[in-house]
Amino acid sequence: MAYGPKIIDHYENPRNVGTFGTQADIKARKDVGVGLVGAPECGDVMQLQIKVDQATGKIQDAKFKCFGCGSAIASSSLATEWLKGKSLDEGLAIKNTQIVEELDLPPVKIHCSVLAEDAIRAAIADYKVKNGLAVEQEAGTH
Amino acid sequence: MAATPQGTSIYLDHAATTPCDPRVVEAMLPYFTTFFGNPGSRNHRFGWEAESAVDEAREAVAALLGADEKEIIFTSGATEANNIAIKGGAYMYEKAPAGSGQCRGHIISCTIEHKAVLDPCKRLQKEGFEVTFLEPPADGIITAEMVKAAMREDTILVSIMWANNEIGTINEIPQIGALCHERDVLFHTDATQWAGKMPVDVQRDNIDLLSMSGHKIYGPKGVGALYVRRRRPRVRLQALMDGGGQERGFRPGTLNVTGIVGLGAAARIAREQMDADAQRLLALRRRLEERITSRLTNIQVNGHAEKRLPHISNISFAFVEGESLMMACKDIAVSSGSACTSASLEPSYVLKGLGVGDELAHSSLRMSLGRGTTQAEVDHAADLIVESVKRLRELSPLFDMYNEGIDLSKVEWGHH
Repeated sequence: MAYGPKIIDHYENPRNVGTFGTQADIKARKDVGVGLVGAPECGDVMQLQIKVDQATGKIQDAKFKCFGCGSAIASSSLATEWLKGKSLDEGLAIKNTQIVEELDLPPVKIHCSVLAEDAIRAAIADYKVKNGLAVEQEAGTH
Repeated sequence: MAATPQGTSIYLDHAATTPCDPRVVEAMLPYFTTFFGNPGSRNHRFGWEAESAVDEAREAVAALLGADEKEIIFTSGATEANNIAIKGGAYMYEKAPAGSGQCRGHIISCTIEHKAVLDPCKRLQKEGFEVTFLEPPADGIITAEMVKAAMREDTILVSIMWANNEIGTINEIPQIGALCHERDVLFHTDATQWAGKMPVDVQRDNIDLLSMSGHKIYGPKGVGALYVRRRRPRVRLQALMDGGGQERGFRPGTLNVTGIVGLGAAARIAREQMDADAQRLLALRRRLEERITSRLTNIQVNGHAEKRLPHISNISFAFVEGESLMMACKDIAVSSGSACTSASLEPSYVLKGLGVGDELAHSSLRMSLGRGTTQAEVDHAADLIVESVKRLRELSPLFDMYNEGIDLSKVEWGHH
């Protein structure tokens, strides 16, 4: 697949790779929300973690790991960049079409941006559940 | 301006295609301009020159296969040869006519054949033939026993590839051929990855129909050949095209003289270099696999450990997706079983056919070596792959989970 420069850049220099701890650690932390979406047999799994400043309610930091093609890696890398400093509502407002536009994803790779949007919604929902906040119902049904 | 390859320096995709040998190109050149005649022109020098070049090429291809030159039909490639053999054979040997509502005949093939065999078989299914697609075991080898078990009273044709294009596994061709001859069943083999690289003797190996391609053996694209047995038994085929009767009517149309001359030259060189090439490539492939497998955990070499072509290696790297791995190794040209590298977004049906799980099919690379491959290239490729797999595993949530002792098969994954 011939990719544009932005995908290549995110693929070669992925931003914010990592986690805020092991799966067990994360489960116990109230300030961290995790979105794990996709499936190995589909060839894409994205894990997005957000760390929320509990005083301001803003996303302080975000990290990702991704098993997937170059577009999937680039989409999740971009998502972490965009999430930092946003409120939860602002995070939920990120749409897959914005990711498609920013990275110039080819049509066959649009599902990667959908997966990134799902991961954002799942991470925010996980944080809300952990902190007893109401969760919108429409999240992550792709 | 001539195209030049960009960015990629090491070519490890010889199962996809090979560069033309310069000797092949040299042999072809005069037939574009000086000797441009139509071999069908029987009444002048131009036609005779072209015809004599085609005859020589036919002899060279026949010699490569242990066949008689009258048994070689030139085609546009292995896909056309497969179509003529399978459909042309089925129509000629049918047990009941089309539209009779009865089974027109039974055919045996296999699930991990190339699409150029699978799709003609599927078309025949729609037209009233019944096809059994054998499912290979985990090692990928189709045995004579498996074919025997699938044989029926009304079996008319068996089509099994000699060696698989994705994993390089070698099927029991001489034994399957012997079985077919015992039962008077027509036997076709798609030898695209085998002929010109490994020895063929259509008599010894009991073959009735054999397809091969020019561009897989350092010849030009757009030319191939079909071997059609003429004696014991004399194989008859129904032609798929109508025209000027060329190639004994099996493949009408003005002959592709330049391509045929190129195929002939490639066959001659292949015959001379085959043994030395195979020996050298086997050593290089073993070196490549050793250099990768000794430095990474959680990988598997797909297909039978020994019964594989010397030049093809297919490896699955758990927790890493194939397309991203190819991007990481952009200095080397390989192919992947990953869905993301196919138009269909489905992972390799060959690997799935072996029972390799979808997640490992997405994580596979095929590396195929060739005459020009050097030890330094193999070493560099292996190092780059090892380094890239390690880097991508650092990025992989699956690798983390595996290291934390989480059973990935028990995780409830979302589906989309």
